[in-house]
Amino acid sequence: MKMLVAVKRVVDYNVKVRVKADNSGVDLANVKMSMNPFCEIAVEEAVRLKEKGVATEIVVVSIGPSTAQEQLRTALAQGADRAILVESAEDLTSLAVAKLLKAVVDKEQPQLVILGKQAIDSDNNQTGQMLAALSGYGQGTFASKVEISGDSVAVTREIDGGAQTVSLKLPAIVTTDLRLNEPRYASLPNIMKAKKKPLDVLTADALGVSTASTNKTLKVEAPAARSAGIKVKSVAELVEKLKNEAKVL
Amino acid sequence: MTILVIAEHDNKVVAPATLNTVAAAVKIGADIHVLVAGQGAGAVAEAAAKVAGVAKVLVADNATYAHQLPENVAPLVAELGKGYSHILAAATSTGKNILPRVAAQLDVDQISEIIAVVSADTFQRPIYAGNAIATVQSNAAVKVITVRATGFDPVAAEGGSAAVESVAAAHDAGTSSFVGEELAKSDRPELTAAKIVVSGGRGMQNGDNFKHLYALADKLGAAVGASRAAVDAGFVPNDMQVGQTGKIVAPQLYIAVGISGAIQHLAGMKDSKVIVAINKDEEAPIFQVADYGLVADLFEAIPEMAILA
Repeated sequence: MKMLVAVKRVVDYNVKVRVKADNSGVDLANVKMSMNPFCEIAVEEAVRLKEKGVATEIVVVSIGPSTAQEQLRTALAQGADRAILVESAEDLTSLAVAKLLKAVVDKEQPQLVILGKQAIDSDNNQTGQMLAALSGYGQGTFASKVEISGDSVAVTREIDGGAQTVSLKLPAIVTTDLRLNEPRYASLPNIMKAKKKPLDVLTADALGVSTASTNKTLKVEAPAARSAGIKVKSVAELVEKLKNEAKVL
Repeated sequence: MTILVIAEHDNKVVAPATLNTVAAAVKIGADIHVLVAGQGAGAVAEAAAKVAGVAKVLVADNATYAHQLPENVAPLVAELGKGYSHILAAATSTGKNILPRVAAQLDVDQISEIIAVVSADTFQRPIYAGNAIATVQSNAAVKVITVRATGFDPVAAEGGSAAVESVAAAHDAGTSSFVGEELAKSDRPELTAAKIVVSGGRGMQNGDNFKHLYALADKLGAAVGASRAAVDAGFVPNDMQVGQTGKIVAPQLYIAVGISGAIQHLAGMKDSKVIVAINKDEEAPIFQVADYGLVADLFEAIPEMAILA
């Protein structure tokens, strides 16, 4: 079966971001960019399903600037077969991205769509659920296990307090959580091969999708800083401070 | 202007996060209705009716809502929600699963995990793992919002006397079914609701060593959490993870044991009232946010603390 994996280009997770002086956003100039970690897990899951003989073709898609081709090439090196970039310079909301992905789903007709549960820049945790709603498909969010059998998929989900398993009719949407798998590093031969794999570039207009938003970011500020307190010398002093100074014990 | 709050529950009791969500609704300032979608959830509806500030409770009692499957609950919320100015749910694994689906059905952008209400249409939320705070305005007819519980002090669970009304609508998308659930059983308080949290990191060395933290936690009446490093190393299950990719906590006292203080962990606990760090590496970044730091071997310090505390 055909699988579609969506990936996002974001600030590398090791980068400590800084807010711009004019409070218009965070400063992304000369900052290392990478594939969102949850999206890497999504690509890896699709590749594993292909290695098991469940997936026959993996199409990877990104909605973003032309530089997102780097992340698509990374996914191709991980094992995806071909890539689609829906080029968009503006900062799109999750709903706009979900609408664009829906247009790609309509075109490609995958049986399973795998996305990361959230992007580490906007921290929205919305796109997969929204795509599921727009497509009318079932959703298995925050997945720690994905098992396909026949025309359904069993998804074990990380929930508050434990795990839940749901069964979804295919086609369906899955969003990944951390423990689903550990993504591989692409080998040099695979990185070379990835350069020759097909990568199509489309625009939002060509897909006939409006990306208008009901949200507007007014400002972005640095959070209130927490200052370092004191160092205590012993456990006895610590307990005494917690009891008598902080009064939390 | 009326606000619809989606109650979080297990068909038996109202989850504490619902009280924080109602608190956010109170800040917005409008009549508050609470939706209880479930099966055999009469006790939940009764409890919700007593929550301070709630004017009306809507009960949708149907087998299709028993397990909060988003494919069935979201159409219900979208249908009922059309007449409201705001739809709010707690940013828990249930709320995060259902609400974006509702927003997409209503064709509006959602605002995730608000930590403050600026006005009825403007909210603050953390982005980049809490390294920046965005102020976001919505012009949507129905504003769809998830609420980070730690940003709002809960309203009183008692004192209200709302009317309870039942809703007939039964939605069954037929695309999903519940198979099973494995919930960790624990006598300790729930992580996000505990007044004291004791968390362990990579410095714990293995899962067995967490027994030292459990002993201290039981003495203090605390919940036990972990850093992502400890979860990734397989010491403890993922539902104990505190951080950007795990649970967000803000207890009165947070004790970080053998945790270096990665950005992603700080995002999950830096709003705690008092932070204690115990680490043998005095350069560990966790000390930069700790009110009280103790440079010590945790395997000596934790048992001693369990005796003295």
